[in-house]
Amino acid sequence: MNGEIAAILAMDGIASGAIYVLIGLGLVLIFAVTRVIFVPFGDIAAFTALSLASLETGGRPGTVGLVAVLAVLATAVEAIALARNRAFHRLPRALLFYLVLPLIPAAAVWFAAGTTLSMPLRIVLSLALVLPIAPLLDRIVFRPIADASVLLLLTVAVALHFALSGLGLMFFGPEGVRTKPLTDAVFDVAGLIVNGQMLLILAASIVFCGLLFLYFEFTIQGKALRATAVNRVGARLVGIRPTSTGTIAYLLASLLAGISGVLIAPVTTIFYDSGFLLGLKAFVGAIIGAMVSYPVTALGAVMVGLLESFTSFWLSAYKEVLVFSLLIPVLLWRSLSFAGTEEEEAEE
Amino acid sequence: MALLSIDQVSVAYDKVEAVRGVSLAIEPGQIVTVIGPNGAGKTTLLGAAIGLLPWRGRMSFDGIDLRRLDVEARIERGFCLVPETRELFGDLSVSDNLLLGGYSRRRDSAGVKRSLADVYGRFPRLSERRNQKASTLSGGERQMLALGRALMAKPRLLMLDEPSLGLAPIIVREVFRIIASLRELGVSILLVEQNARAALETADFGYVLETGEIVHSGAAADLMHDPRVTASYLGGH
Ligand SMILES: Nc1ncnc2c1ncn2[C@@H]1O[C@H](COP(=O)(O)OP(=O)(O)O)[C@@H](O)[C@H]1O
Ligand SMILES: [Mg+2]
Repeated sequence: MNGEIAAILAMDGIASGAIYVLIGLGLVLIFAVTRVIFVPFGDIAAFTALSLASLETGGRPGTVGLVAVLAVLATAVEAIALARNRAFHRLPRALLFYLVLPLIPAAAVWFAAGTTLSMPLRIVLSLALVLPIAPLLDRIVFRPIADASVLLLLTVAVALHFALSGLGLMFFGPEGVRTKPLTDAVFDVAGLIVNGQMLLILAASIVFCGLLFLYFEFTIQGKALRATAVNRVGARLVGIRPTSTGTIAYLLASLLAGISGVLIAPVTTIFYDSGFLLGLKAFVGAIIGAMVSYPVTALGAVMVGLLESFTSFWLSAYKEVLVFSLLIPVLLWRSLSFAGTEEEEAEE
Repeated sequence: MALLSIDQVSVAYDKVEAVRGVSLAIEPGQIVTVIGPNGAGKTTLLGAAIGLLPWRGRMSFDGIDLRRLDVEARIERGFCLVPETRELFGDLSVSDNLLLGGYSRRRDSAGVKRSLADVYGRFPRLSERRNQKASTLSGGERQMLALGRALMAKPRLLMLDEPSLGLAPIIVREVFRIIASLRELGVSILLVEQNARAALETADFGYVLETGEIVHSGAAADLMHDPRVTASYLGGH
């Protein structure tokens, strides 16, 4: 391998790493606030890519049907819960949040299908379409068991992944898609050809990490999310509803995943089940960050991207094997330092 | 009308009843104390009142049936708890802990700012440590932060669970001085304490809780001279 190939591989690795960063941060965010390891999270990215591709060809994305099904289910679950508590006065609000709001982008896409939309509009619509999926799944699946152990929540999340794969096949079909490039720009940096798409991925990743940081540091809602993660009882005692911060976490994380889906769609062929591997690689990054540290998760995700890129050059047949084998030493190391943090907490 | 009315309330952990048929009332502006030995059910009673534990019986705050309010709705109406375990946000700074204390009033940012200045005025130590993580504070400072965080919600009724627990005597005196001064803000207080003497000196009215039941009650000044109370709780004189 010469320097030039190494540079190309490194760039490639950092670009895929940047994608995993966005998904990994979302995973950590959801886990911190809700204690759910949201296994189907990569699917949110894949579904965004599929929606975008469908809008590009003037089709009607399967997401519309998926969101409609989930919205109806979530509304039913919420209505039953309200009826059980005789809290009928909260029914209009429930209809608004679980039925009307999630269906607005779906309706917009339904009516816009077939017309030619500009690229930015297509991107915004795909993101808006996908945003309600995770919060609705939260309402249907996780909120009824919110106080369960992390392990049970994880088991349910794995089951949910299989359910979602089935729904994905039903609504999107088995074909793979690839969207038009977001930019055709090509740069020559010190003799290396750098394409604009890669720079865009990198820039988007950095910008959204920065925005997330600002949100956590400087807004009361962002602080409320951190407070819920640190101490749920304490949060309730100052009037923060963990169900509300949970919804915000799902929405924000879905936005990150959606953006990664938009970024990856022009460079990789995406199928209805591509989300699983995306999510799993981001998960390796999140585990390196012990599911709590945003900066270490970001670093871990970039590492995964680099490792993947270099192994695909040397030993492409073993690419996935090697990436996931990395998990074993990391898990060992992390389980040792996990024990350390638990002792610290016990001292408090 | 009583601000908080607790009527024949029982609280059970699984099958074991930790609080049995307790009734008590707090009038606006009053400081009421519940004293009793370790394990009497004081913390359990407060946990039920704030909505963290399931209970049977009747409770109302400001005339509203407490069955209809969840914890967060209680806080929004100014019914707050400083729990025995404090439940601070250890990883967040002192100032963030306080700001989040005003979460239920977040739409009134000017009011929250005023309350923050007021809390810093009341607890200069918190002001000095405003950028420190809550987990780095000493026991006394944590107690101040827990109190300050609760004050940020502009409480009308504040329940304090063992505010003097684990504190050095000099800080205990400071804490009780602050509790007494809250009365001037128009805050009613339900004070739970094992330090019976200090609690009765601060309160208007007192209840004695033993193994889940109220066994004595009366004006705090009377309880202090009641032989049955002095014998068990005030070192017998
Ligand atoms: N989480 C719990 N599960 C089961 N029993 C509990 C729990 N918490 C407290 N208890 C029991 O309830 C009784 C009252 O406890 P508590 O309310 O903490 O008393 P106090 O605050 O007066 O010291 C005790 O017998 C205690 O062992
Ligand atoms: Mg107690």
